[in-house]
Amino acid sequence: MPILISFIKIVMVIFVVILPMVAYSVWAERRVSAVIQERVGPNRVGIPFTKIRLFGLGQPIADGIKFLLKEDFTPGHVNKFYYWLAPALTMVPALLTCAVLPFGSELFGEKMVIADLNVGPLFIFAIASLSVYGIVLAGWASNSKYSFLGGVRSSSQMISYEISLGLSLVPVLLIFGELNLSEIVWEQSKNGWLLLPFWGDGAIWNGGVDRFFLLFPAFIAFIVFTTSIFAETNRLPFDLPECETELVAGYHTEYSSMKFALFFLGEYAAMIIGSGLIVTLFLGGWSLPFGLDAYLMNMTGDPEQIPWWLGLIHIGTFLAKVIVFILFFIWVRWTLPRFRYDQLMRLGWIIFFELALVNIFITAGILILTRGSAS
Amino acid sequence: MLDQYLPVLMQLSVATGFAVSTLLISVLLGKSAKSNAIKDSAYECGMLPIGDDKPRFSVKFYVIAMLFVIFDIEVVFMYPWAVTFKNFLANGQAAMVFWSMSGFVGILLVAYLYALKKGALSWKS
Repeated sequence: MPILISFIKIVMVIFVVILPMVAYSVWAERRVSAVIQERVGPNRVGIPFTKIRLFGLGQPIADGIKFLLKEDFTPGHVNKFYYWLAPALTMVPALLTCAVLPFGSELFGEKMVIADLNVGPLFIFAIASLSVYGIVLAGWASNSKYSFLGGVRSSSQMISYEISLGLSLVPVLLIFGELNLSEIVWEQSKNGWLLLPFWGDGAIWNGGVDRFFLLFPAFIAFIVFTTSIFAETNRLPFDLPECETELVAGYHTEYSSMKFALFFLGEYAAMIIGSGLIVTLFLGGWSLPFGLDAYLMNMTGDPEQIPWWLGLIHIGTFLAKVIVFILFFIWVRWTLPRFRYDQLMRLGWIIFFELALVNIFITAGILILTRGSAS
Repeated sequence: MLDQYLPVLMQLSVATGFAVSTLLISVLLGKSAKSNAIKDSAYECGMLPIGDDKPRFSVKFYVIAMLFVIFDIEVVFMYPWAVTFKNFLANGQAAMVFWSMSGFVGILLVAYLYALKKGALSWKS
């Protein structure tokens, strides 16, 4: 029976939440970029055989069908096996990382997370770093100069920013003392979000003494983490691996039809899950702000039991926060210019590395000073 | 203990199944591929490919990869320290837990400064 429940959760998360969200974030990206550049954007495809356009909401479905029906071409000069393996290797880790993200509190007594592991962030880093293999293999197996340069650049960029990503997370773990993402969200629901610690009795903030001091390192960690997520997902201003003006399309220059679409889907899925991770760690995940969770739970009489409507509100809150972050990703992409490669490496290895390292010791120092007893 | 990883395994199979099946459907439904000599050549902005298809690249990428291995292990070692930090504070062992990590980071910091001085992280040249 638990197997059936987790199977339902997996299917719901992947096919009802993530994949439609990927499709519609592509649509949103095209519409928002059109607004930013004073164009119209895709607004034609609505319901087939009628004149109803629905703001072009049918576009992602039409795109999907088009990807499936295109000529499935494998160029003769590629290394066939790895050429076919690479798109799948990009897609699978992107879909797998969402297993530990808590996307809601409880629904009918069932925890709204696929796998409630005690090693959440470690699991995400382990799986997310696998997606670099897909990109390296795509670049290498294509036997083309542009693909190769794109693959080399991309892998080096991804591993560089993985370090600042990991280091920026250490202050968060120092504050929560917990690696289980569900528990981290519960703590934030009771005591205030990491970036908005203004309600509850503040047990994790030591009764409010270090609550405001810790806001400073938490904010630095948030900036470093968010920027590193941008770099990890290869989006502007860090889209060096596929900058059109130098490398045509980077590592997927030689790809077409569904194989290209899998790279595309994997990239957007990574962006959505990255947004989910930012929301979970820094902005309270599924919890409502200002102690509304505790208020609503007390209102129903039993503070331990979460009614089904509150469970649905929590899922909705999580999705709303993630959508805000996706719109932020899109906004940044169409606003900032691209970095030069030496600037990118300098930012990752020198500025962010040192900032994140110092930030860890600032957090540890604040914790020691405000909790006394350093004897 | 290990059965909490069962959903992960299931998700792995669902994700793999999705990737493989979309590739297969595309092969089955897509227009059958016809190739010719030009279409089979690598893309170089419409020109015929010139030279080696795998150009040589800077050794700096290797250096970055090696540095990554060192510092990523540092990060992984920091996680258990960070998670247990508050317990040590509660036991009044603040100085011990703080300075032990400072020593560990200090040793790696020497390596980092050496790499920095050697120009391993500079892309100017």
